[in-house]
Amino acid sequence: MAQSLNYLKESPSQTAGPYVHIGCTPNFVGIEGVYAQDLGSGPMVNADTRGERITIRGFVYDGGGTALKDALIEIWQADADGFYNSPSETRGKADPNFLGWARCPGDMATGEFLFETIKPGRVPFRDGRLMAPHVTFWIVARGINLGLHTRMYFSDEEAANAEDPVLARIEHKVRVPTLIGKRDGDTVTFDIHLQGDKETVFFDI
Amino acid sequence: MKNTLPETTPFFARDREWHPPAYTPGYKTSILRSPQRALISLEGTKSEITGPVFGHNILGEFDNDLIVNYAKPGEMAIGERILVHGRVLDERGRGVEGALVEFWQANAGGRYRHKKESYLAAIDPNFGGCGRTITDADGNYAFKTIRPGAYPWPNGVNDWRPAHIHFSVFGHGFAQRLITQMYFEGDPMIWICPIVKTIPDKQAIEQLIAALDMNATIPHDMRAYKFDIVLRGRRSTLFENRLEGN
Ligand SMILES: [Fe+2]
Repeated sequence: MAQSLNYLKESPSQTAGPYVHIGCTPNFVGIEGVYAQDLGSGPMVNADTRGERITIRGFVYDGGGTALKDALIEIWQADADGFYNSPSETRGKADPNFLGWARCPGDMATGEFLFETIKPGRVPFRDGRLMAPHVTFWIVARGINLGLHTRMYFSDEEAANAEDPVLARIEHKVRVPTLIGKRDGDTVTFDIHLQGDKETVFFDI
Repeated sequence: MKNTLPETTPFFARDREWHPPAYTPGYKTSILRSPQRALISLEGTKSEITGPVFGHNILGEFDNDLIVNYAKPGEMAIGERILVHGRVLDERGRGVEGALVEFWQANAGGRYRHKKESYLAAIDPNFGGCGRTITDADGNYAFKTIRPGAYPWPNGVNDWRPAHIHFSVFGHGFAQRLITQMYFEGDPMIWICPIVKTIPDKQAIEQLIAALDMNATIPHDMRAYKFDIVLRGRRSTLFENRLEGN
């Protein structure tokens, strides 16, 4: 036997279950008075936030083509200049009027999620090349055993997308469009498919 | 965070043999909700190694006391009073400071306060079922609650969830984001639960079972359970990682 490396193991994930809202967005399910408001709910911008206002909306579909009505979606993104509001951001100071994180439960009747945010700036890849503007998504729900990570890029960034080092890593180019939010005016539509012909690319990050 | 350089390195690779796989047919809902293609490996860029940090200013006075945080003035939730405490650590064994920990659970009868919940067990008018806290400088957290009941759920014709508390945890990087569940030492229901059994490794399951901690009880008030949570660790900064070519 060699010496022990003495690392701990990450706690194994368990599904968020059908009642994830109770813990993460209690006001959304009528549990009022515990928290003044649900964490991460509402617009991500205020009057002083820099950047171009956009609305991201979409659905999460299961392998049968049905929209999930019990999913919880979180997003994490850079500010308009490409800086993250995080202690691990060492390149510069992010816009103090933009946290860059939000969470939204799918609508209970339709399943639609919606984020009022800004379009992020470009962030460098590890080797310094610029990645195209993107928003990180994390999806949990009943039936999802480990939260799913993906990214949304923007359809109006064709040139930047073409040189993005992460998109370039996807061998099956036919799958790249699953990561592109379709921009129409101020609205960007991004549907997530858990399975099937249109299965979204998910990342092991 | 304290006395240390900013955490700028990527995380250890996730051990996907330790986590439940996406497709676990014994848990029927996973069948149509499990991606089938290979995940694309993406070693942490700034987008994954950064993450939101929450200040204590978001917390209310009773956020960490589920016995009273939904109760009418002067009343309390019904059930066995317990203290749940532990540390949020990383895979290097270091405490994670400032981690937001959110938790939710059924009441003592196994009933959730949720529009879509139809189990016949009674709603407790004084129990909401949610709470949250932020770890201290050493990664410690604690909250008061009642022991949740087991409940039946539609999967097999006679499937029951063991008593459990759901946890959502933020570390310092979005790649550490984790949702899991805590079970109680000695509960025979753990080993027959289809959701528990999505985890292939018995030792991994045991990592989710909180131990009765008689040293942390509050005498004449509540017993204690200890539940440590481990988030992914970061790579060493001693030597630069080689960059992979594309
Ligand atoms: Fe549950």
